[in-house]
Amino acid sequence: MTTAFSESVGIALRVNGEPVSARVEARRHLIDFLRLDLGLTGAHAGCEHGVCGACTVQVDGLIVRGCLMLAVQADGCDVWTIEGQSDTGAIRDLQDAFIARNALQCGFCTPGMLAACADLLAHDPAPSRAVIREHISGNYCRCTGYEAIVDAVEQVAARRGASPRAAE
Amino acid sequence: MKPAPLAYARASDLGHALALWREAGPDARLIAGGQSLVAGLNLRLADVPALIDISRIESLCGLGCEGGTLRIGALTTHAEIGRSEPVARHAPLLTEAAPLIAHPAIRTRGTLGGSLAYADPAAEWPACMLALDAVIVVQSETGERRIPAADFFLGLFETALQPFEILVAVEIPVIAAGRRQAIRELARRSGDYAMAGLAAAGTPSDGGLRDVTLAYFGLGSTAILAAGAMRILDQGGDLEDACAALDDDLDPADDLQASATMKRHLAKVLLRRVVAALSPVMSTA
Repeated sequence: MTTAFSESVGIALRVNGEPVSARVEARRHLIDFLRLDLGLTGAHAGCEHGVCGACTVQVDGLIVRGCLMLAVQADGCDVWTIEGQSDTGAIRDLQDAFIARNALQCGFCTPGMLAACADLLAHDPAPSRAVIREHISGNYCRCTGYEAIVDAVEQVAARRGASPRAAE
Repeated sequence: MKPAPLAYARASDLGHALALWREAGPDARLIAGGQSLVAGLNLRLADVPALIDISRIESLCGLGCEGGTLRIGALTTHAEIGRSEPVARHAPLLTEAAPLIAHPAIRTRGTLGGSLAYADPAAEWPACMLALDAVIVVQSETGERRIPAADFFLGLFETALQPFEILVAVEIPVIAAGRRQAIRELARRSGDYAMAGLAAAGTPSDGGLRDVTLAYFGLGSTAILAAGAMRILDQGGDLEDACAALDDDLDPADDLQASATMKRHLAKVLLRRVVAALSPVMSTA
């Protein structure tokens, strides 16, 4: 094969708002690139075949499985992980509600769960409990039984919805 | 749980993709959304020497309706189909099916073309294409080939696609006035592959249905049209007779989720539910 094919590829992307350039193995998936190459260990590598959701991150505004996207495919993309989402304060209320409601125990699923829940609230400001459950159906939590997570999301939706009216 | 070393090239357009594929040889694989392929690579289920990334080829993107045909580009994601207004208007079955596919963070990457080319027998899109009489459009160096869905799915993960042919789009006749479409599936958990599923279309007529298509998934090595049950419903036959005909139409095998006997039972449950969904709401007066 000619030089069109390569086992290592140069990529340039934005991660948590900052430009990143790197040379990655073509076989490297995005979550390993973020964790092992960039040291962003917030999102976790769990099952590594798309089932558990612990690796959920945001790419170009959409949540994706970090284990099912190759890092080379993120070339030119805008990637956000829990580190960036925490630093901007964009999901502070969701994180606070998770703590207040005991919506996490071991915390392994939590970064992916927060990414999925934040995505839901961004598109559906007042989801029903059934919709919340459906949206996090791809994120396994082995500690909480989900009930507290649904409580937390519901509470944040109610508070976000209430605050504009309260200000009137 | 990491892919083996592999070579990679990104195609800029369809001609480039075909040239890269020819250069890399028939064992090279195309990657688009990668939602099945990367899982397979991670598990090292496939020996893939090289990937050709087609995910940025503009001509494979987008969808539109022209002359009674809805054309959906191969790179259109499950999520895009699920929220598309033209799809909801012209092929509502697909709107109903999209949320049944995997999970939100997979629907943002997984593509229609990828799902059809992969031909998982438990996947929703192949059955939908059968139910809607879709045409699969494929492109090679020598030109375009148009394959009816009924001739496209040949076996377990096997399609009519030849080496060096790329699935570029599907074309679906827009839904006719009065016609109805529905999909139901039974899965252990939301987002799991269905134990059994049924994508269907029909036109209510004289208290029954005509021109019925029943495309089952998860019940064999491919999506399957239930010809016997379709014939009985078309002729105004009894729903329970159609259910009985499924015993000959379908030949499911035991799998980890359900025995063949249970799958046969679920197929009948689904037929009753789908016929109810396709039929006009009965007056309770």
